[in-house]
Amino acid sequence: MDYDQILAPAAKAMRPSGIRKFFDLAADMPECISLGVGEPDFKTPWAIRDAAIRTLQQGRTRYTANAGMKELRVEICNYLARRFGLHYSPDDQVLVTVGGSEAIDMAIRAMVQPGDEVIIPEPCFVCYEPITSLTGGVPVHIATRPEDQFRLKPEQLKNAITPRTKLLILPYPNNPTGAVMEREDLEAIAEVLRGTDVMVLSDEIYSELTYGRQRHISIASLPGMAERTIVVNGFSKSYAMTGWRLGYAAGPAPVLKVMTKIHQSCIMSAPTTSQYAAIVALQQCDDQIVKMRDEYNRRRRFLVKALNEMGLDCFTPLGAFYVFPSIQRTGLTSAQFCEQLLQEKHVAIVPGDAFGASGEGYARISYAYSVEYLETAIKRIRAFLKEHGWLKQD
Amino acid sequence: MDTMQELLQILEKNARLSLENIAAMMDLPTEQVAAMMDEANEKGYIHGYQALVDWEKAGVNQVEAMIELHVSPRKDRGFEEIATAIAAFEEVDSVMLMSGSYDLLVSIKGQSFQEIALFVAKRLSPLDDVLSTATSFVLRTYKRGGVLYQDEEIDERECTVL
Repeated sequence: MDYDQILAPAAKAMRPSGIRKFFDLAADMPECISLGVGEPDFKTPWAIRDAAIRTLQQGRTRYTANAGMKELRVEICNYLARRFGLHYSPDDQVLVTVGGSEAIDMAIRAMVQPGDEVIIPEPCFVCYEPITSLTGGVPVHIATRPEDQFRLKPEQLKNAITPRTKLLILPYPNNPTGAVMEREDLEAIAEVLRGTDVMVLSDEIYSELTYGRQRHISIASLPGMAERTIVVNGFSKSYAMTGWRLGYAAGPAPVLKVMTKIHQSCIMSAPTTSQYAAIVALQQCDDQIVKMRDEYNRRRRFLVKALNEMGLDCFTPLGAFYVFPSIQRTGLTSAQFCEQLLQEKHVAIVPGDAFGASGEGYARISYAYSVEYLETAIKRIRAFLKEHGWLKQD
Repeated sequence: MDTMQELLQILEKNARLSLENIAAMMDLPTEQVAAMMDEANEKGYIHGYQALVDWEKAGVNQVEAMIELHVSPRKDRGFEEIATAIAAFEEVDSVMLMSGSYDLLVSIKGQSFQEIALFVAKRLSPLDDVLSTATSFVLRTYKRGGVLYQDEEIDERECTVL
């Protein structure tokens, strides 16, 4: 069989390609310190695990409604109202999905036709572009800039919009930069979008992990924006539930109706045990979110200070659990820097260009690790810089 | 969160962090954190800093026992007097007044079973207010101070996930 002929070109072209080799190398180093992961180090709070175990013991393991259990949808709506002032009807404006990723997939597939342009601010999480391309959509990248704190600026958006623009992806708080969009930033973006037919896919999976003066604000909460916004969120990051694979989308009923239809065909319904667990998460675990966030915050400050001191300049991230230092003083590319650091000091961090071309010159460091672990990693990185003469001298 | 409470939480987890790093974690000036640590010591919020030593792994013989005590409280001072008397023994590691089926829980460390047995027989039991003792030897420590002693927790997360 000539599989090369058989496989769909668009699917074959999907990333990740080269970077995989680098990760495999790291995985084969037993003494490797990895600051590469994109998931919490905390365990899922016990009350949530306990609730899941109980429903398993009771044998409640059947399919649920396609859109997700009614009780969960109600709790999601309560939660969105309680935390972000968003108001949705559990009957036809919410879809429970297999992680935030599926919600992104469903939203893009429900709206994007071949030739439609999808605006993607970069650097960003890696799934928007391949999903867009698979549907035949055309990814249009906007490179956000460190001098703008990696926020999307209204002029950039205005310049990128064409008559073919269907969708704007708004991935804030941002992976990998840790950037957030504050109310004023969102107002400016909303102003550009009002009166157009451009929809927004607001990926708010890190919404509970913000460290600035403002809490996370959803663009859907601004006047006139709910009707043009699909909010994507989930349980992975805020409740440390990555492996449960549970997320959701909320938005205008006609869009959610189509998304649910696609979901029904390819997924049927999100994992039942996870849905039971999620109800308890939403009902009982607000305080756990705060506890984890406080801990992330301490690590964030520790890491930002340590990196800046050694000369890997990073702007202060206000969200998610990543810092995004510049490695430009070394004169290496991101990939070279990360590979050398891995080979010589056995510390794995992710080259910034994995998150789009504009990430070149940067690296992503995750702080979903204990302070002790981060300290060890920092020591190694400092030694690495010192040996090459890149360490900042006071 | 109250900053003193936050400082105490950080220290309870890891007292060896440098002042500068603690200050960075709390987003406070180093001098202020230093002053708060002094205050915590002076006011007795912090009783001391110790290491969690795994003596078994270090190859040092050590025996530890938990002793449940029934005592007769004094009319005027309750359990205070007998508890303080027991706490004064150098061999004793901790003394706690308990709810439940006994009164005091005493933990003690020694080099051998005999040493501990002798201590219980010769020094603890003869005390006037001690009615009875039940000594249990620690066979193995699995976790102490929130830290696992036996199996290190394995980070199962994929080395790199975007």
